[in-house]
Amino acid sequence: MFPFNFEWIWDMSHVVFMGGLWYALNILGIGMTYCIVKAILDASKGKDNHNH
Amino acid sequence: MDSALIPKGVKRCPLWQFALFIGAVSAVLGWGVYAMLLCWFKGLNQTNMNDYYGFALWIWADLAVIAIGGGAFFTGLLKYIFGKDDLKNIINYAVLIGFICYSSALLILAIDIGQPLRGWFIFWHANVHSMLTEVAFCLTCYFGVLTIEYIPLILENRQIDRVPFFHHLSHNMHEIMAVFAATGAFLSFFHQGSLGGVAGVLFGRPFAFREGLLVWPWTFFLFTWSAAACGPCFTILVTKITEAVTRKKLVKDNAIELLAKISGWMILTYIIAKTIDTWYWAKVLAPSKGLTMMDFYSNNPLYGIWILITEIVICGFVPAFILITKKGRKNSLALWIAVTLAVVGVCLNRWVMVLQVLAIPVMTFDIWAMYFPSWQEIATTILPVAYGIILIALSYRYLPVFPNEAELNPLEPLPVEDQEPSELLGDQERELIPAEA
Repeated sequence: MFPFNFEWIWDMSHVVFMGGLWYALNILGIGMTYCIVKAILDASKGKDNHNH
Repeated sequence: MDSALIPKGVKRCPLWQFALFIGAVSAVLGWGVYAMLLCWFKGLNQTNMNDYYGFALWIWADLAVIAIGGGAFFTGLLKYIFGKDDLKNIINYAVLIGFICYSSALLILAIDIGQPLRGWFIFWHANVHSMLTEVAFCLTCYFGVLTIEYIPLILENRQIDRVPFFHHLSHNMHEIMAVFAATGAFLSFFHQGSLGGVAGVLFGRPFAFREGLLVWPWTFFLFTWSAAACGPCFTILVTKITEAVTRKKLVKDNAIELLAKISGWMILTYIIAKTIDTWYWAKVLAPSKGLTMMDFYSNNPLYGIWILITEIVICGFVPAFILITKKGRKNSLALWIAVTLAVVGVCLNRWVMVLQVLAIPVMTFDIWAMYFPSWQEIATTILPVAYGIILIALSYRYLPVFPNEAELNPLEPLPVEDQEPSELLGDQERELIPAEA
């Protein structure tokens, strides 16, 4: 799963497979972090949005 | 008692009635949980799986719920990426159904692996040459996407929405939902496909083996295509069932008809591709292995040629032709029939690609291997159905799943003679009754 795991090999299969996994996980992680941080900032500013 | 939690402008049944319903479904859920615990504590000897059937009822159920749960990713793709805004009225429900389907798939896998405590091995010690590893990655990540898509709906509960942080979180998640939806479509394309790819690469099983494009057999593309085609039909079917149970119209016709139309064209193109694939397999691939098509459909008590005709003609072309015609989509009975047939068709396809593949003899000393699941397998397969019904019931009662429900089912004020004097004074405080039930 990680390059420091004993079974890791730097070949195309590992790079594509695990790269795809980490790509997806990063999008989800960054996306949720953005939403949570922005929500904290919006709530602390008392911003009002009732338009969704 | 729980009226403060119920969305504004809609009517729900009394709490005791709701509790009674949940209690009845929970009994079925409990039966499934008992069987699940038996499998976990006593092992897979509780099942009727054997050396012929390493894949059995659970894997069929897994593939089937993943296929019919495909409505979530495809509806999300249409709404957020292709801008089909009419689908905003059904997207919440599609996400909820997808969430149930994918959590059920993961639950079934957790039972099926026999040693759930070692479930993380597939990530940590990943076999990067296995299509099932890709399935595990994409399935887990996509379940994360569905959870992210479902969370804003929970946060829109009347009481939770009052908390400023949750209100803003829900709003922010809606704002970038297109990013999550696109990620979900990417993940779905690969895991739906790889589930088909698993069958297609079985070169020792001539019933399933297919040629293809680069490393992907044609079954890879057929599985993704069929899930995108039939998944929305399951969304429509569950919506129609919910409308029948609640005796309310919950989604506007334009959303249903648009989804049905797109689904119809997807089914038609899929079933043409499937027909070509079957014809090529019967005429070229199977004979190249020294077999004829009828070798796979004879000399056994169950798998006759009827199964192929049912899958392709009755559950393929028939629903496709109903759904691509305006008259068919607008006729309630025809729509019910079409979406039901499409769902049955994709489930039948998964059954064939999992269980018929294993039943067919491949060695000279083999015979057709028949299989009937144990009660523990049946109970654990029904378990997700009970879980799904409970989650839908809870979501329907407490969350604004259907944005048009209040508009489609306007509440009328009580007749003047039935109102309290205080109610006659202010419109805001009037008690409301449903216009139609």
